[in-house]
Amino acid sequence: MQKYLTGLLGWVDDRFPLTANWKAHLSEYYAPKNFNFWYFFGSLALLVLVLQIVTGIFLTMNYKPDAELAFASVEYIMRDVSWGWLIRYMHSTGASMFFVVVYLHMFRGLIYGSYRNPRELIWLFGVGIFLALMGEAFFGYLLPWGQMSYWGAQVIINLFTSIPFVGPDISLWLRGDYMVSDATLNRFFAFHVIALPLVLLGLVAAHIIALHEVGSNNPDGVEIKKHKDPETGIPLDGIPFHPYYTVKDIVGVSVFLIVFSAIIFFAPEMGGYFLEANNFIPADPLKTPSHIAPVWYFTPYYSILRAVPPIMNSQFPGVAAMGLSVVIFALLPWLDRSPVKSIRYRGPIYKVWLALFVVSFLILGYLGTEPSNVWGVFDPSTFMVGGADRATVVARIFTVVYFLFFILMPWYTSIDKTKPVPERVTG
Amino acid sequence: MANQQVDQGKRRFLIAATTAVGGVAAAAVAVPFISSMLPSERAKAAGAPVEADISKIESGAMITVEWRGKPVWLINRSQEMMAALVQHDDKLSDPKLEVTTQQPAYCQNASRSIKTNLMVLVGICTHLGCSPSPKLQAGNEMGADWPGGFFCPCHGSRFDLAGRVFKGSPAPINLVVPPHKYINDNLLLIGEDDKGAA
Repeated sequence: MQKYLTGLLGWVDDRFPLTANWKAHLSEYYAPKNFNFWYFFGSLALLVLVLQIVTGIFLTMNYKPDAELAFASVEYIMRDVSWGWLIRYMHSTGASMFFVVVYLHMFRGLIYGSYRNPRELIWLFGVGIFLALMGEAFFGYLLPWGQMSYWGAQVIINLFTSIPFVGPDISLWLRGDYMVSDATLNRFFAFHVIALPLVLLGLVAAHIIALHEVGSNNPDGVEIKKHKDPETGIPLDGIPFHPYYTVKDIVGVSVFLIVFSAIIFFAPEMGGYFLEANNFIPADPLKTPSHIAPVWYFTPYYSILRAVPPIMNSQFPGVAAMGLSVVIFALLPWLDRSPVKSIRYRGPIYKVWLALFVVSFLILGYLGTEPSNVWGVFDPSTFMVGGADRATVVARIFTVVYFLFFILMPWYTSIDKTKPVPERVTG
Repeated sequence: MANQQVDQGKRRFLIAATTAVGGVAAAAVAVPFISSMLPSERAKAAGAPVEADISKIESGAMITVEWRGKPVWLINRSQEMMAALVQHDDKLSDPKLEVTTQQPAYCQNASRSIKTNLMVLVGICTHLGCSPSPKLQAGNEMGADWPGGFFCPCHGSRFDLAGRVFKGSPAPINLVVPPHKYINDNLLLIGEDDKGAA
């Protein structure tokens, strides 16, 4: 038997680089030996991607992308299709968990300088994946055709209206109708199930190919390829991805699946953060729910949108600020001027700025889930801000901090005191 | 063959010509695909005018009708509401209706309407397209100095009973008054006026 299998493998290898690819990407891809738990989130993102594709395929078997039928077909999946509720909750929870995992994955890149030379392209592909993911989430959220689906799409498409000159035509083109309607639902379905998944898969492949070309960064931010075994050419601090990291990742997968299952079985709506209450009411084009907010993973950017006041009768500055707050991540490789990559060898100034950024992100994220009068208004006699919503003023302050983290980065990373970086990884 | 001189000029010309012709073809093919996403003929035709009976709206109340998929509010403003309307011009962004695209010429007046009491408005916020909630009564949960009007739940824009936006709202301009005309005293046609269909 063994002989025949080896023979078969040889036959395939003569015609397709199966063994060569297995070696290049798994058994002879040498990753630094000092990965910590932050390095789980890349493989977990891949796992969630597969889960979303598989559950998505099964959902399309019963879902109807028609304004008359969509809401009822989701309820049909939830109530009448065997195990339909499980598949649907896996998909809806998977969407939120995708962002949890990707945000942690991005934060890992931030603290260990994984976007720095020579990994700029990996980072850019990653930003592309993040944008495609936001598109997937937005298009997918319209499909259940609930109140929040409808009015969320209405607000986001209208953001484009504020673009000078061409805005209204772009919105009309995106909707395919004068209001969000059946035409909009139908095309969002097409984007969600085929167009963006293809883009996403292509970008993920590019992300991994680029990573395996230059090699993985590590918590010390030193290049393991600088010290290779003179005979084998293998990095001294590298270990084969398979079996070492495949086995390690199984632990990460197990812990992740425990959390994932707990949410699906005990809190699939996550108190309104993963699935909003208003989305269990069918879309009504004549009535906006009394409080609308995006799903939690969009709220930091949504807060920035709300925080910027209209300038010269135009909402465009707010929309531009929101767009910039997302794409500005792409500039990180060129904004960071520090001689070191990892936070382990960075000075106090960077750490303070990073902390301020994280706090801004979290507070903006919280405020985006709440109405802008959540903290009441300042007393009319207060200096400068009398009568203004407290939450809006706070959001404005943290919007400024959010952008200063990026804009001032070339300056504060170059003056910061750094510690000496070791030659080899520290274990 | 192998020794033949390559004519670089000819090669460059052929590469450029092939690229240009191919590019034009790709751009031409993109047109039908992009156009297919514009509103279809059926969606355009669905924008027909709608009739509404206004005789049943009590004084101080409103009804909502659907026109082109949008809510259109018909508000029968009472005497007190009309009196309050002229008292807060200083709090409005555009009390004099300088943004003339927001109402037809025949509503370019103090009450923004044809019949002084009956207000016709597209109930879509000029900020990001939510539908504001009616808060027709003065005062109550909107604060003591609220003159009656509309409050948008999405981003907190406020409008008065003529659809004019209050200063400090994210909405930049007044609500839209759609083209409309009276067929008779009780019957209103929305989406068409004496100039023809909108």
